[in-house]
Amino acid sequence: MTTNKNWQTICQKDDLVKHSGICALLENDQQIAIFQTGDDQAHTINNWDPAGKANVLYRGIVGDENGELFVASPLYKERFSLQTGKCLDDENLAVTPYQTRIIDNSVQVFA
Amino acid sequence: MSSNAQTQTKTVSKKKQNIIVVGNGMVGHHFVEQLAQDDSYHITVLSAESRLAYDRVHLSEYFSGKTADDLALTTPENYNELGVEFHLDAKVTQIDKASKVVTTEQGQSFSYDKLVLATGSYPFVPPIPGKEREHCLVYRTIDDLDDIQASANTGKIGVVVGGGLLGLEAANALKELGLDTHVVEFAPQLMGIQLDQSGSALLKKKIEDLGVTVHTEKATKQIIDGEGAVHRMEFADGSHLDTDLILFSAGIRPYDNLAREFDLTIGERGGIVVNNQCQTSDEDIYAIGECALWNNFIFGLVAPGYTMAKVAASHIQGGEESFTGADMSTKLKLMGVEVGSIGDAHAKTQGAQCFTYQNDRDGVYKKMVVSQDGKTLLGAVLVGDTSEYDSLLQYALNGIELPENPDALILPSSGGEKPTLGVDSLPDSATICSCLNVTKGDIIAAIDCGAVDVGDVKSSTKASTGCGGCTALLKNVTDSELAKRGVEVSTDICSHFAYSRTELFHIIKAEKIRNFDTLIEKHGKGVGCEVCKPAVGSILASIWNDYILQDDHLPLQDTNDTYLGNMQKDGTYSVVPRMPGGEVTPDKLIVIGEVAKEYNLYTKVTGGQRIDLFGARIDQLPAIWERLIAAGMETGHAYGKSLRTVKSCVGSTWCRYGVQDSMSMAILLENRYKGLRSPHKIKFAVSGCTRECAEAQSKDIGVIATENGWNLYVSGNGGMKPRHGDLFATDLDDETLVKYIDRYLMFYVRMADRLQRTSVWLESLEGGLEYMQKVVIDDHLGVNDELEKQMEAVVATYQCEWKTTIESPEQLKRFRQFVNSDKVDSSIKFITEREQIRPATLKEKVDSGLLIDSVMVDSVTLDDVKTAETAPA
Repeated sequence: MTTNKNWQTICQKDDLVKHSGICALLENDQQIAIFQTGDDQAHTINNWDPAGKANVLYRGIVGDENGELFVASPLYKERFSLQTGKCLDDENLAVTPYQTRIIDNSVQVFA
Repeated sequence: MSSNAQTQTKTVSKKKQNIIVVGNGMVGHHFVEQLAQDDSYHITVLSAESRLAYDRVHLSEYFSGKTADDLALTTPENYNELGVEFHLDAKVTQIDKASKVVTTEQGQSFSYDKLVLATGSYPFVPPIPGKEREHCLVYRTIDDLDDIQASANTGKIGVVVGGGLLGLEAANALKELGLDTHVVEFAPQLMGIQLDQSGSALLKKKIEDLGVTVHTEKATKQIIDGEGAVHRMEFADGSHLDTDLILFSAGIRPYDNLAREFDLTIGERGGIVVNNQCQTSDEDIYAIGECALWNNFIFGLVAPGYTMAKVAASHIQGGEESFTGADMSTKLKLMGVEVGSIGDAHAKTQGAQCFTYQNDRDGVYKKMVVSQDGKTLLGAVLVGDTSEYDSLLQYALNGIELPENPDALILPSSGGEKPTLGVDSLPDSATICSCLNVTKGDIIAAIDCGAVDVGDVKSSTKASTGCGGCTALLKNVTDSELAKRGVEVSTDICSHFAYSRTELFHIIKAEKIRNFDTLIEKHGKGVGCEVCKPAVGSILASIWNDYILQDDHLPLQDTNDTYLGNMQKDGTYSVVPRMPGGEVTPDKLIVIGEVAKEYNLYTKVTGGQRIDLFGARIDQLPAIWERLIAAGMETGHAYGKSLRTVKSCVGSTWCRYGVQDSMSMAILLENRYKGLRSPHKIKFAVSGCTRECAEAQSKDIGVIATENGWNLYVSGNGGMKPRHGDLFATDLDDETLVKYIDRYLMFYVRMADRLQRTSVWLESLEGGLEYMQKVVIDDHLGVNDELEKQMEAVVATYQCEWKTTIESPEQLKRFRQFVNSDKVDSSIKFITEREQIRPATLKEKVDSGLLIDSVMVDSVTLDDVKTAETAPA
């Protein structure tokens, strides 16, 4: 699964919502959630909520616990780290995180 | 008993002692509760009434909406569970002391080892000619209340004979029934036992201001036919009063005839004589409560009766407790007038000094009776304001030394710091709850056994479960004891702000903060979280009422607010247009139907009298709302922590029974408060008559029509923890009703914790309902102007959030499912059931090969996670 990864341009920086998330499709139709967490900073995880079993994570609230950024699922409020994808409330749960960068107004995800 | 039998009782089980309790009033029931836990006894209750024990202290609430069930202190199921045998309508008519058997009117016999007489008392009816006429009643039992209600239905005027505590409660009941109410008292003043002359005069004035006419120094000579009314009462001074209903409440007399007939010692003026263990002249027969005469005194309050019950139960079990008299101090509210009386209210103690404070403008009178040396409090009288009652009572009961200037205890605190009675200065023996006789020591013991909050202490000690008057004191003692043990109850909203929601509200308002970033920069740390962000979003909306989806507010909102719909389990949303009062035109209904049909939405009528359309994908929402808005509808705020609906019946417009136009009122209220962001959702209802078809008493704000206006109920709840709303104010005109609701809601919005419904909030509030009545009705805090202005501002800045949203191209961008594709979310799938859609279950989705994502996600391993972290930048 790790072969053939490349930086995919997803959208423009203007398409992001500051301190909140948007949803996009990767080339393989995988749903991802991209959160703008700073002027030129964004984080990406899978959009699928493994606890709520629905494609909703991009609609969660972004927060931090002792500096670790997370999104809280809008369904049942499980928090997933935007850096590691691990669930902060249930060690059996995790989502896939993706490297994300903003270059010349392009939002790119390594997938 | 043969030796054989003895062996048998030892090996099998000790034979249970038979305890027979005659009477199932509050005290008789309390006795049963005391002893029922001990299975060495078989308890049999014989009651002449047709009901098991009920709360007589709150009897008048029967007329303000409480039912016999609400007043019940126990149920047949409960007694069965406790193993208590009971017989109702079983009047005991014989006691055979020698063979220890009692017999009922029906001829049933019961043998006893110990007999407990808890027969209570009956109302004294003075020997006035004509007293036995129809519509001459007494006020004592639920059956009496039914008679009073029936009688009141046929008349307009009601008179209570007797201006004591019970008489005034009865007068309140007549007033509640809508009668033109009078009180006739033989003595020169009301409540002569508890109040001094000045206190009584103020009480009289206040009661008269409430529309009850008080006649003092009137001796009724006879009752004859009235002119234009049922009766005429002729007084000794030659005057007369016409009335339709007469209620006697001229004191109580002990029910002692059974004891009298079967030769137990009776006091000169009645009452079954008991010793300190509550035993009568026959050591196997006890008497407790209002039928018992201790030290030549009958205690007509429930608290001493409870103590007697406890003492008798303990003595039967071989305990050492004894009854040594009781404090007759009392605090109550008569027709909304606060009255308190402690100890030597009349300053009869030799050398006693008095301190009085009288304020005619606010209608407050307070008197302290202090010992000659000025060190101890002997008594007090409080009328119009009893807020100092609790601490004064503690001073009096525990002999706590008074401060140097004791009058400061009753003077208004504007001049400086008011001396407060620290709960730490109370001895462990101090009674905190006098109804259930719970001491500070009992509370400490409960905490030592693991109680960690007031709720725990309440359930283990039963403190504050009687009249509830000690709630504030109980909380203080509990908090202080918990604090001593290092238990810290943090009220911080989350780790980002060291403030409670209430504190944040004040900061935002005082510093005129308009967005989250400013707030967290100045007063918090980090970036926030899913707890503080929506809470602050809600506070900002309550205060400034900006469009909640403007750039700086958007990231604060829960998804329901961000997409202006309720998210369902599959990530779709529901659509709920507002239908004020449940009223909808056929044309609008047709549009709703068309929209539901076009977008294939599951359609359901809600409990709030409107229509919910489920299953809309995020990308469908704007088009759906465009249609609804074009047809004249607006958002229903079903998603926000805000007003949901104002449920209503059709009211006087259509209904044969309606007395007010509940429909118009419901629509007015719904339109006024729609969109108000609050700590939690708020539900209203308006009923057009007392039949209460709109179920207003289960709502945060409930309005029930009366002949004269509206009764306002507050802080009711259905849902998870049902609570009947409290009657807040009666017979309000439209304008006052709205004013009170404005104030009540805005105060709630300011003070409540996040996600705290009005019901829990009111219960957690020190002073509870009475405090809120003071704030809202009497402007106790002087904030009403501000609360009203704030509400006006919210009302004036209302906008339909959906209308604003569909008019903004920027906002509409957010309603694309994918920023880089026009595809729709393929994991959303519906199945048809009962001719409508429902979300497919997870299994159905997997079976149909839909969940590519979930399969991938479920297979995520730590290796995958690491790979992502180390991907080349």
